[in-house]
Amino acid sequence: MRHHRILRISAKLLIPFILLFALYVQFHGDFGPGGGFQAGVIFASGFILYGLVFGLANLRKVAPAAVVERLVALGVLLYAGVGVAGLLMGGNYLDYSVLAKDPVAGQHLGILLIEFGVGTTVAAALITIFCHFAGRERE
Amino acid sequence: MAAVAIAIIRIRSLFAVVMLSGVYSLLAASMFVGLDAVDVAFTEAAVGAGISTVLMLGVLTLTRSYEKIPVHTPLLPLLVVFLTGGVLIYATLDMPAFGDPNAPANLHVAPRYLLESGQEIGLPNVVTSVLASYRGYDTLGEVTVIFTAAIAVTMLLAGRAKFGPAANRRPGNENENKDENEADAGGAGAEDRQA
Repeated sequence: MRHHRILRISAKLLIPFILLFALYVQFHGDFGPGGGFQAGVIFASGFILYGLVFGLANLRKVAPAAVVERLVALGVLLYAGVGVAGLLMGGNYLDYSVLAKDPVAGQHLGILLIEFGVGTTVAAALITIFCHFAGRERE
Repeated sequence: MAAVAIAIIRIRSLFAVVMLSGVYSLLAASMFVGLDAVDVAFTEAAVGAGISTVLMLGVLTLTRSYEKIPVHTPLLPLLVVFLTGGVLIYATLDMPAFGDPNAPANLHVAPRYLLESGQEIGLPNVVTSVLASYRGYDTLGEVTVIFTAAIAVTMLLAGRAKFGPAANRRPGNENENKDENEADAGGAGAEDRQA
């Protein structure tokens, strides 16, 4: 891809906006369409575009395997941890109403946190899967 | 959509098939927008038309680019498909009309979600309220499925050097397994969004 100057420059221009849009979908999912799942996919697609245009080695520098693979687990842990936090604060598992003094504020906080967990896991999982597919040699 | 589906079956060039399945996903996404299911359409466009196409292209670089001509006749599979399709269509005859306010699905918990989630959760997007709060267990399971898919792909592809000699395995087999994992992860996500 070194010689495709148009591709490289347009990818460079697009990637920041893709990541920004992913964050918008992530944190605006309460009010408009979207949420953690969609945001994770869009965030991952930004990284995958980078990997496609600039090569897997560069993608691995930006998103090291060790970090990304830990993020896959961290997202699930965050989600389940919010559930346990609800238990510790006297509610049911995954009952967000007890997370803050006002039940509605608690629901907001809980949904924000678990959506962030979903987004983290989905983005990291897709980047991991892409790297493994792209990193294979033809047999 | 039907024309694209038939083209996918008929064409033997796998590159064209991958591109057409992306087109199919995009058409499905616009159909979901027409049905006012914007969240599902979003997922379908991002996963079906975007990520799956890229992953399939990645697989395509590892395998041949033309499908083999099958040795068996397509009669038996065709019969099975038509029978199953016929039974499914027969089953839909008893279903209430689309959007019927008196349908059981619209009388059970849906009114409560629509009427009271504003006070209980306080979010304008009811889909998010249902997915993240009322049905939080479901979404936790869904995230775990994606987590498992990532772990499985990592073990199948990256752990190969550690777990055994590559010579004993047939590369074709492994490719199929990976695709199944992938399809499971994407499919489960999309289905849960619809539910």
